[in-house]
Amino acid sequence: MIVELGHFCLILALFVALIQSTVPLVGAARRHVGWMATGRTCAIAAFLLIALSMAALMHAYIVSDFSVVNVAENSHTDKPLLYKVSGVWGNHEGSMMLWVFMLSFCAAAVAVFSNNLPPALRARVLAVQGMIGVGFLLFILFTSNPFLRAVNPPANGHGLNPVLQDPGLAFHPPFLYLGYVGFSVAFAFAVAALIEGKVDAAWARWVRPWTLASWCALTIGIAMGSWWAYYTLGWGGWWFWDPVENASFMPWLVGTALIHSSIVVEKRDTLKTWTILLAIVTFSLSLVGTFLVRSGVLTSVHAFATDPARGTFILLLLLVAIGGSLALFAVRAPKLQGGGLFAPVSREGALVLNNLLLSCGCATVFLGTLYPLFLDAMDGPKLSVGFPFFNRTFVPLMAPMILAVGIGPMLAWKRGDLLGALQRLWVAYIVAALVTLAIFYVTYGGPVLAVLGIGIAVWLAAAVVTEWVERVGLFRISLADSFRRAIKLPRAAYGMSAAHFGLAVFVAGVSASAFSQEGIEVLKAGGSMKLASYEILLERVEKIPGPNFTADRATIRISSGGVAVATVYPERRFFPLQKQTTGETAIRTNLLADLYLALGEADAEGNWTVRAYWKPLVPWIWIGAAIMAFGGLVSLSDRRWRVGAAARARRSAVAAPAE
Amino acid sequence: MRRLIALLPVGLFLVLAGYFAWSLRPGYDPHELPSAMIDREAPAFDLAALAGDGRIARDGLKGQPLVINFFASWCVPCRQEHPLLMRLAKQANVRLYGIAYKDKPEDSARFLSQLGDPYRGIGVDRDGRTGLDFGVYGVPETYVVDAAGHIRKRFVGPLTEAAVEKELLPLLRRLGGS
Repeated sequence: MIVELGHFCLILALFVALIQSTVPLVGAARRHVGWMATGRTCAIAAFLLIALSMAALMHAYIVSDFSVVNVAENSHTDKPLLYKVSGVWGNHEGSMMLWVFMLSFCAAAVAVFSNNLPPALRARVLAVQGMIGVGFLLFILFTSNPFLRAVNPPANGHGLNPVLQDPGLAFHPPFLYLGYVGFSVAFAFAVAALIEGKVDAAWARWVRPWTLASWCALTIGIAMGSWWAYYTLGWGGWWFWDPVENASFMPWLVGTALIHSSIVVEKRDTLKTWTILLAIVTFSLSLVGTFLVRSGVLTSVHAFATDPARGTFILLLLLVAIGGSLALFAVRAPKLQGGGLFAPVSREGALVLNNLLLSCGCATVFLGTLYPLFLDAMDGPKLSVGFPFFNRTFVPLMAPMILAVGIGPMLAWKRGDLLGALQRLWVAYIVAALVTLAIFYVTYGGPVLAVLGIGIAVWLAAAVVTEWVERVGLFRISLADSFRRAIKLPRAAYGMSAAHFGLAVFVAGVSASAFSQEGIEVLKAGGSMKLASYEILLERVEKIPGPNFTADRATIRISSGGVAVATVYPERRFFPLQKQTTGETAIRTNLLADLYLALGEADAEGNWTVRAYWKPLVPWIWIGAAIMAFGGLVSLSDRRWRVGAAARARRSAVAAPAE
Repeated sequence: MRRLIALLPVGLFLVLAGYFAWSLRPGYDPHELPSAMIDREAPAFDLAALAGDGRIARDGLKGQPLVINFFASWCVPCRQEHPLLMRLAKQANVRLYGIAYKDKPEDSARFLSQLGDPYRGIGVDRDGRTGLDFGVYGVPETYVVDAAGHIRKRFVGPLTEAAVEKELLPLLRRLGGS
């Protein structure tokens, strides 16, 4: 009964979304206040309906209702509660439910927090969001219904893929999807602006917080996914350039460009056409990613059940959403008023450079991901594109960008002084040069590029600090005055500094991974091996029972120079239901380096393969990403989003009536 | 001019959509080898062996049906497929050879020392030339070559239990019998 109610709510949500996508649009065109207002009501109603529907599905998972096909195929009574809940989105149908749930959540958030917006713009934004909702609700109801009942329910379910039975599943997809789908708000704002034919600083100010919030969520989502891969796959890798990873990385790259270019629209009222295009492209890439993952066009390690009918449906959705918005762009963009001019060397110029590099970076990832498909269609040879391609194309593009990140904020708006900026960064050069030389000396004979990478990271960190020191006038004015300035500095400035600093930390972490050491040995209980400065002793391996698995758990004592450091317990878990084995690694970190231990297979004589990695600075990859996301959140808390936007909205609402 | 530039994004997208539509046409499966390669002679290769000074060459392996598996230490699905290969190698009638695709020999060796070595011989395809000749789309890929040196079957992506039991082994039995 609850399941049918969930299904019913979903159908009802479709009809509400249909109203949401049409009535406010007509209302905005005819300036009918009541019709425009339906957008808000519908967005909130659709969210509540979809939330109920999601709750119904979750309930079916929690009580293990195997008369529902989706539950029977992906759940099992013995599964711990956490995985019963998170298992809801561990499959195609359920993850699409999470997708529309997040979409309706964003639309409802826009409806609630949009008091500042002119009613016509709000109505149009919500209508565009409604249209996306209609598309995906149709997709779920017609091709991927999670509420389908089985005629002969099985006694128990097939269970969830053991690899997914990890707390990571509870957090990684929701953040990722919130990021993906959050960009639909920027998309809706862009389309609404094109319909209105007006883009101005106020528009940028409204759209920026939404873009920033989605960007933060996406950053967290991707970082969590990468961390999850790192600690579960058991061989120390953290990014594989897999099509599914790339599908999440591409919107991130363009979204990063978008949060930067919209600054220019907000402050200088220029780059508007480009920003609109970026807003459309960012969400379009989220949609294309969905298509690639679920149509089976590309092969990937992230297995979703694929089905050509679904592929065709999503392709139609892409044609309507992306094709439609870009066609609208083609018609309306030439009519948008250009804004202020600026010299190539200026803050604007640096942001344009940042945009170019990020877009090119995204284009390389796109090409690398789809190259096999393109070549195949041209009847060319079947080629594979992997690590070597991305390392040779993407990395060189990002190196100059990191330099631009350091210099850009030092330049003035309109016309900057590049030479002056370069000179003012003298401390950064000295610090970077000293650190580079020191590392080069210590690791002599090691990878040179990695040393340079760390050097660039140090330089960037120093440049970020220099920029802040200049802003607050430290060492130039009295300490008390500097302190006052530091407090008065807008949060957005701190957000930027934090995010850029996070990037430096991230780059250092990535570069230093070239120095990792690894050792693999076959050990008997009581045997030991050496890695870096550590002594690793395999004390014993014992069988322990788990809720739905049995595990071989090793007790490994780590010591350094005779002093005990830690005792860790890596496991190998066997899931009898799926006849699958997964590894549970043990990671000992001091935030400067990870000691990573994985238990391999045992041979007939009871010898265990033990893999150990020593990975310097690797935690910084995720710490850096977390600092970036934190920077975004700090910037999001800037008071101008609350105070300035409202004041401007009132002014522009008076000055420029809709249409 | 401005108008033309504004048309560019939608134009590019339509081209892309064309590719997507093409890839969804009935019967297309990125896992399938184009029929042109099936039943053709396997591309010639002559690779340094991973262990020792020997060579692994097409012409030296002729005479009996052969299973060739392209793998790499950097490939996640290869790890997933590996236990299956280990089991497959234990069957008497399976001559399983490996080609380490775009992989440093020391990495391949380490990979096999961790997980076990199912292969009778391994060729080192450092620059991916042989993979290119075979039309390798991504690793892992597995080819069945008959006694005369013709490709009879291609498996893209990790082998599955079902693919081995229902396709690979029956095919080898047929090839061995004829």
